[in-house]
Parts: sequence; C-alpha cells; structure tokens
Amino acid sequence: MALGLIGKKIGMTQIFSSDGEIVPVTVIEAGPCVVVQKKDRNRDGYSALQLGYGQIKPEKLTKPLQGHFKKLGGKAFSVLKEFRTDAHEGYQVGDQIDVNIFSRGERVSVSGISKGKGFAGNIKRWGFNRGPMSHGSKFHRVVGSIGSSAWPSRVFKGKRMPGHLGAEKVTVKNLEIVDLRADENIVLVRGAVPGGKNSIVTILKNKG
Amino acid sequence: MKIIEKIDKEQMRLDIPVIHTGDTVKVHVKIREGEKERIQVFQGVVIGKRGSGMRASFRVRKVSFGVGVERVFPLHAPTIDKIEIVQRGKVRRSKLYYLRNVKGKAARIKVQQYS
Repeated sequence: MALGLIGKKIGMTQIFSSDGEIVPVTVIEAGPCVVVQKKDRNRDGYSALQLGYGQIKPEKLTKPLQGHFKKLGGKAFSVLKEFRTDAHEGYQVGDQIDVNIFSRGERVSVSGISKGKGFAGNIKRWGFNRGPMSHGSKFHRVVGSIGSSAWPSRVFKGKRMPGHLGAEKVTVKNLEIVDLRADENIVLVRGAVPGGKNSIVTILKNKG
Repeated sequence: MKIIEKIDKEQMRLDIPVIHTGDTVKVHVKIREGEKERIQVFQGVVIGKRGSGMRASFRVRKVSFGVGVERVFPLHAPTIDKIEIVQRGKVRRSKLYYLRNVKGKAARIKVQQYS
C-alpha cells in the first residue's frame, strides 16, 4: 500500500495524445483530502494516514464521529479511508493532500466498488458457454453438470455457480495518468475504472 | 457532466468547415516521419459521418489505381492540418456505402447547386 487520494468518478471521455492518437480516459475528481488521523507503528502497530473526503456538516454525523473530527475544528467528511504508508511522517493532522502528489505519466492503481449486477447466471458471472438456442435444443443458459456421481458423491468446494455478481471492491492496477488539472482537482486516467458515475474511488500511488 | 463537457470542448477544433455526406474533400493530414513532419493530401468523397461533439468522425473514400481506399478521420483530430471542400454533393442518403459496389458512371455524385 502507498499514499493515495480519495475521489469521485465523473465519467469517461476521450482525448487526443500529442501524436494525434485517441486515448480513452476516465475523469476522476480526486481530493483535496484532509489528514484526519495519523496511525503510528508504536501506538497502532502500523503506520498509515487516514484521509477524509467530501466535506459535510459535523451535525449530520453521529456523536462518536463528531468527536473523531474534533481536532480539525469544524470540518467533517463523509468518506474516511486509511492509506498504509511510511510517508506519514511529513504530514500533520489537518494537512491537505491534493492531486499534486501524482505526476503525468505515472502509473497508479484505482479501486472502486463495481456496478452491482444482481443474481447472475453462470454465463455472465463466470463466462461459461451457452447451449444451442435452436435445432430442438432446450439446453439454453443452464448450469449443466456440477460434478461426477459415485465419486466424489459431493460437489467440490468453490464450484462456480450462479449467484450475486458485482458490487464488490475491484482494483485496476497500472493505469497511466494521462493528465492532471490541479486547479480543478481532476485526474485523467487511461482506461476504465470500476464503479458507476459519481461513485467513490481511491487512487493509489504504486510506490512511496 | 459539466467537467466532461469542458474537457471535450478544449479538444474540439473550431477551424473545421461543415462537411456533409457526398462532399468531395481534400483532407490535409500531418504525417510524422521520425523528427520531420510533412503533409499528405487525401482527396475523396465523404461517404458517411458518425458521432457527435468531440467524438465525431467522417469516412472518406477514393479510388486509387483502381483500388477503393477508405479512411476514417476523427473530425477534431490534431493530425488534420485542414479540410478543403472541393465540391458539394447532392445526395439523398446519409451513408453512401453503395459506392463500394458501383463504379464508373454509377459512382458519380450530383453537384449541389446553390441558388
């Protein structure tokens, strides 16, 4: 883990690179995040920075959370995330971190909650093949055999079956930062990022 | 959405003329060869346009030494130096894909007359 930022996925578009190629990009509004808490190796067993994103009124929160934000003096955040990093020494509680921690061309990992697909069958969930749709076949999108008979007389653990798909944390690694707009807190990342529009994503630096 | 619209707008070119399907155009394309840059002209008939805004592109067809050649250009591509309109064509459909199957007299396009 490393230092990163919390942000909001705005959506996708495309931009032209310097040599005229079309680059698909995801627009992320990232930060500015505020250091809410510092975790220390001696006190907490690990070193990390807890960042807050999305400022809200403290009155909207529960009493315990209001106490947690007390040190910031009137600021409170809707999203809190910890970033395991050894670079926490340089930061104080209340410091702001913005997109300037990234640079153009840098590789980052982006995590988010993927779009929920509900109860999905094996074809969508695991990429199974479907049966013929015609010529008298009734074997369309069904699961099929899930194991042998006398041996092992049971279904193996981890057998891929229908069930809930999506709405889980997904990380896409090694995405290139195409452009940064520090004054608007915007990061353009090459390629797709998990989650729908306006969903919360975290951008992680690969090192440091 | 406002942010994306803004990013798209920055990419868009305002110096591109309005082109229609059926027009004969000269597309001046910048070509990079190592360090040098030169301009190549691709002249042909616009046989289709697709997309809108910054994503819009158009398809140009020409017959080169008896072989049909089609190129798709993003309308706002920075590699396009300029687009010249040689002739406005009068056509009755938005996609002229039928031109791929015809040649000679049948492949002609009426010239748009402006009164």
